[in-house]
Amino acid sequence: MNNKVSELSMLEAINETLHSEMARDERVVVLGEDVGRNGGVFRATEGLIEKFGESRVVDTPISEAAIAGSAVGLAMAGLVPVAEMQFLGFSYQAMHQIAGQIARLRYRTQSRFEPQITIRAPFGGGVRTPELHSDSLEAQFANIPGLKIAMPSTAADAKGLLTSAIRDPDPVLFLEPLRGYRGIRDLVPDEEHIVPLGQANLIKTGDDVVIISWSYQVELSRRVAESFEEEGISVAVLDLRSIVPLDIEALIEIVSHCGRAVVVQEAPETGGFASEIIATINDECFWSLEAPVVRVSGFDVPYPVGMLENLYVPDETRIRSAVLKTMENG
Amino acid sequence: MTKTTLAGNVQLYGFWRIMSKPDDKQLQMILEDMVVARTQAGRLWNLQRQGQVGTIAPIDGHEAAIVGAVHALEPESDWVLPQYREPLGLRRYGPEVLDAFMLYNLGHPAGGHIPDPIKVAPSQISLAASIPHAVGLAWGMSLKDEPGVVLVFFGDGASSEGDFYEAGNLAGVLKAPVIFFCVNNQWAISTPTHLQTAADSFASKAEAFGIPGVTVDGNDPAAVYEAVFEARKRATTGKGPTLIEATVYRLGAHTTADDPTRYVPSDDLSAAQEKDPVHMLTKELTDRNLWSDSTQKKIEATALERMDEAFEKAKTTPLSPDSLMNHCFVSDTPRQLRQRSFLMDAGDTS
Repeated sequence: MNNKVSELSMLEAINETLHSEMARDERVVVLGEDVGRNGGVFRATEGLIEKFGESRVVDTPISEAAIAGSAVGLAMAGLVPVAEMQFLGFSYQAMHQIAGQIARLRYRTQSRFEPQITIRAPFGGGVRTPELHSDSLEAQFANIPGLKIAMPSTAADAKGLLTSAIRDPDPVLFLEPLRGYRGIRDLVPDEEHIVPLGQANLIKTGDDVVIISWSYQVELSRRVAESFEEEGISVAVLDLRSIVPLDIEALIEIVSHCGRAVVVQEAPETGGFASEIIATINDECFWSLEAPVVRVSGFDVPYPVGMLENLYVPDETRIRSAVLKTMENG
Repeated sequence: MTKTTLAGNVQLYGFWRIMSKPDDKQLQMILEDMVVARTQAGRLWNLQRQGQVGTIAPIDGHEAAIVGAVHALEPESDWVLPQYREPLGLRRYGPEVLDAFMLYNLGHPAGGHIPDPIKVAPSQISLAASIPHAVGLAWGMSLKDEPGVVLVFFGDGASSEGDFYEAGNLAGVLKAPVIFFCVNNQWAISTPTHLQTAADSFASKAEAFGIPGVTVDGNDPAAVYEAVFEARKRATTGKGPTLIEATVYRLGAHTTADDPTRYVPSDDLSAAQEKDPVHMLTKELTDRNLWSDSTQKKIEATALERMDEAFEKAKTTPLSPDSLMNHCFVSDTPRQLRQRSFLMDAGDTS
């Protein structure tokens, strides 16, 4: 067994995984806008067309509904489509195919058709993008039964979760944080690396408060948690890694242990996935709480333009204040 | 692009060639399937009125277009992706289609599962949503070097959806072996075609995809057959997709929930009834001594028996409460597991 690791950015880890999964399984086809000759606008699909050819790496027309919709047909034909939405915000133009067709395909055909479909999409703020490039839409997708949602926070998890997503017989939305593409670097196993969907990762242990998060906000939460060490407050960080399936057991265990919790999301507050986490805590371990659970979120406005972005996206200061608030309460 | 009018009620947009016609034996088989569809549709309407099945969309007036189209396909290799009005016209694809359709009409989840290897997808309620699926499926088949084509049914109204344009465009680029079969029955519920499009015809929309479009008299099953036969030949020889518009007239209601007397002019309906495709082909084949009253009666009786049998089978198909949770994912999420056990404690589907 080769246990070698390499330091990779999240983007490099995603690219490497696409290469290895296409090499491993000839049913895998990659489709999307600019994924071929250009190697993707972020280079996530770089080198694929050279290695695997134009029939398996397909530059499509600018046509999100047809990308998602034809992925259904490719899956019906027994292939394994890995479709790219150039930005998650553009998936609104494919929503009727993702929500109305892909997510329901297995259910409405009683498994006659297997929706082994991965949809990759970059999202998230902090890089001064134009409109609809940064929106965190995960809660909207989480409300669609039949769709799994992976949201890695490390390069190693990006590899492990993308491998699971592509091999999963059910559709998986794989969300890649823009700030993490090059901003996150860590040690990634060189060999096959699988992180099962639905397994949260307690990336930092702690006894007083747990910060629960996913995707890039985990990185900020980790920094905040470490900063509290000198102050004698022991803060744990739970990285959900996938929000569907949700690792309820891991959530109960760490919340029950700490008795105080903060949930951090980049999405707007109302109807966000943080609300789902807090409802789950109420259902499962309310009596272990020492204080009300606190949310850190974006605001209930459309994702703003660049000059307002820093006000919108949760930062370390806001996460830190939330931790202190749970310590004061109760 | 120039329009050419050929004999056989086929109007063309773009390049076209000699077609193959159905022979007498095939015409008899086509009429048999049309009569079966019409007969079963009548029974289904009554079952709905008796409260025994849910909302259904009558096939009346569409039989020649649907049956004529599928008789030009090879069921072993060619897929059919219906919208929702077609299932009774797909007898050529095997009795499994009707069995599943009756389960579907009952509201039984198994109605969505037409078993392998029958190459028919279940009804699609979302208009035009199957068109990109058809393109992906056809594309996938060609990537796998599998023979065959995909034919996707949709209506005049559905051709206004974005999915139609996106899928047509993609298919043109990919040269996918797909046949876009637009059944223009003149009505999208209550909206007439002139409020649906300002284009010359629905077939003319093919021009934007860079593919041939053909308008065919959908009351003439031979003409439909020829058009599909030719489109199939194009698709299987790597020439890509074709858009076929079959013009018919919806002789019944949109669905059992619709009252067309509110908006269908009675003169138009009377004129359309004169061209009833089942009556026209019956007359033609009777005149040519290829059909008789007794043949027709026998077919009608068998069609009803067959439908009753399918309906009985559907009604006695077991349904357990956990069917609610099954087939969402291959295996339950932790949350679904809890919901499933809650359901099994409380559940009763009666």
